[in-house]
Amino acid sequence: MTSNTRMRRLLGAATAVALATTMAACSSSSTTASPTSSAPAVAGGSSSAPAPAPAPASSPAVSGSSAASAPASSSASGSPSAPAGGKIKSGLKVYFIPRDTQNPYEVLADAGGTAALKELGGTVVVSSGSTATAAAEIPSIQAAIQAHADAIVIAGNDPTALCPSLAQAVAAGIKVVSFDSDVTCPDHLFINQADTQQIGTSEVDLLAKQIGSTGDIAILSAAATATNQNAWIGYMKQQLAAKYPNMHLVSTVYGNDDPATSLTVLQGLISAYPNLKGIISPTTVGISTAAQYLSTHKNVKITLTGLGLPSQMKPYIKDGTVKAFELWNPSDLGYLAGYAAASLASGITTTATGAKFSAGKLKDYTVLAPSGTTGPSVVLGPPTVFDSSNIDQFNF
Amino acid sequence: MSDIVATPVLKKSPNGAVPPSERLSLRSAVRWESGLIVVLIAALWFGFAQPNFASGTTVFFMGYNMGEIAIMALPLMLIVMIGEIDLSVASMLGLSGTLMGLLFQDGWNIYLAMLAALVVGALGGALNGVLIAKLGLPSIAVTIGTLGLFRGLAEPLLGANSVSNFPASLTKIGAAGVFGTHFSFSTVVFVVLAIIFGVVLHATPFGRSLFAIGLQSEAARFSGIRVDRIKFWLYVLSGVLCAFAGILFSLKNASARYDQGTGLELNVVAVVLFGGVSIFGGRGTVFGVVLSVLIFGTLQSAMTIINIDPQIQNIIIGVLLLISVIIPNGGEALRRIRARTRRSV
Repeated sequence: MTSNTRMRRLLGAATAVALATTMAACSSSSTTASPTSSAPAVAGGSSSAPAPAPAPASSPAVSGSSAASAPASSSASGSPSAPAGGKIKSGLKVYFIPRDTQNPYEVLADAGGTAALKELGGTVVVSSGSTATAAAEIPSIQAAIQAHADAIVIAGNDPTALCPSLAQAVAAGIKVVSFDSDVTCPDHLFINQADTQQIGTSEVDLLAKQIGSTGDIAILSAAATATNQNAWIGYMKQQLAAKYPNMHLVSTVYGNDDPATSLTVLQGLISAYPNLKGIISPTTVGISTAAQYLSTHKNVKITLTGLGLPSQMKPYIKDGTVKAFELWNPSDLGYLAGYAAASLASGITTTATGAKFSAGKLKDYTVLAPSGTTGPSVVLGPPTVFDSSNIDQFNF
Repeated sequence: MSDIVATPVLKKSPNGAVPPSERLSLRSAVRWESGLIVVLIAALWFGFAQPNFASGTTVFFMGYNMGEIAIMALPLMLIVMIGEIDLSVASMLGLSGTLMGLLFQDGWNIYLAMLAALVVGALGGALNGVLIAKLGLPSIAVTIGTLGLFRGLAEPLLGANSVSNFPASLTKIGAAGVFGTHFSFSTVVFVVLAIIFGVVLHATPFGRSLFAIGLQSEAARFSGIRVDRIKFWLYVLSGVLCAFAGILFSLKNASARYDQGTGLELNVVAVVLFGGVSIFGGRGTVFGVVLSVLIFGTLQSAMTIINIDPQIQNIIIGVLLLISVIIPNGGEALRRIRARTRRSV
């Protein structure tokens, strides 16, 4: 019995130490790289995500008064054509709350936002948790409220769970802007990284340019159920039918965003369609796996393009395996979000449809009408094309 | 809370026997709590040095962030007191919130959905209890199993969806304090529960029997304490209160998701151990746990206000937890090792 007790004690001690170490180590393991296939979570400018319950009014804001309809301080009304109707207030304090603090994609976005506020004479505080969860972001929202920030720019880890906290921020007079991953709360502006239709059509255009608009092509996607990918593929098919009669989509295969699976289905494609001219892979895992395969099998002459991370694709651009691929520029995304937040906080624009503001080097933007689950939003613009001329400037 | 005093308890000697003459004075139990008070004062001093800390909003936010953790820490404290552990607490929080969300979405009355979540909490706790108390399986293995099981059961219920259209009259607990104060609903619940737990643990024969089980469960059994039954019901209690915490968690976030509160068990265990509850059982006070909750809440609030990197925050909390295990047990462990080496020579 004594040895039994000792065993229990030892076990207990081991548990305690193990817990203590996990406590420190576990929650800091933030490995999420944002723009994997699922990252453009709400890239739904026009008509992407099927909205299951289009009931925006039932959102749980309790105290937040609606700021959507022209606030009293709207000085923009006097200058209908010029976007920058008023002056950005100086000394604005904007909280950038990324999904987590280590995410390389959002580190760039935050830097873009910091640059924007610097141009406007304000400051940016970047604050978030070490894990990409809504619970980890809430203390940062609270800190923004306590610091009497002028605006919050947030990439939500959960579309709804942040709403009560954001509603408190709105009630405290803080303007809310979301980017990268939208939230469903009222009273905020969503900075959409790219329009769903634009992503689909531009990828087809990019491939067509490289293969002379002729030949068999295939799509290497993520999961068959991935909402974003399926929406993009839908527009790809429309674009092929409308503009490229000589390009034939022979197959769409699914690698489930797993490198091994992607490789297997890619090899299947290559052996099944020996005349394949091009592959579009609208997912970072798919395109990097395919690029790796093609770079080591130079006898396979297939043109590859799609959505990729510059950091992953750099070697394949350098060795000529891939000529060009796309993604939005996260730095510009943060920059635009910074300008939007500053303009809202200065009262020179609103979230009303058609409201305008100027975003420095990115020129002028107009707030789009809500559609589906997406509230008022602006779209950053067409995706950035990465090729040998600019790949060295990006490290995300 | 000043009426709660540490109960004098028998001290376990290094070889596991309990010499009746050796009584643990109030000293060592009280010493940990006084240490905690010093730490709390230091934490508050650190907090008040930060801009915008001294406000009612801070009180509300602390309650918002710590409420569910604190509520789950109370039953866990009793379980640790009797020398066991429950790591399934956060998974139960996830399962109950998810179930409530699912049933509500299916058109159930919200209060019935809550009741169902509580029943599932009791059943989950009973499962833990049967395996640990009746079958005598090690609690760490069992509750790691149910940690996975409960979360696993929650996942197919809602999948990647979340339920977010709860009645605004209920979700307002996430937006404002109760009765116009800055105390969150969960804070009030915690205070009430802490008083009940404090009285039961420190001022009733039942509470005393928990200390006895933690120190020597065999001896407790022979002296007529129904060890297995108590163990079983403590796990049921833990299940119910964790399910209740899950309901609060979903309502304050105005959203139920299967992955809500993932990893919170670490915080709950940290609060309990830092509160001076011995991981070996038999020692601990509710007052210590309350202090521990306040310290964690204050530190987290203050560190977030001055935007300390979350990785550094984790290190600080991890070190605090290590200290809380090393200081009370280090001396004894050292003595034991020394005794063993001497014997083997």
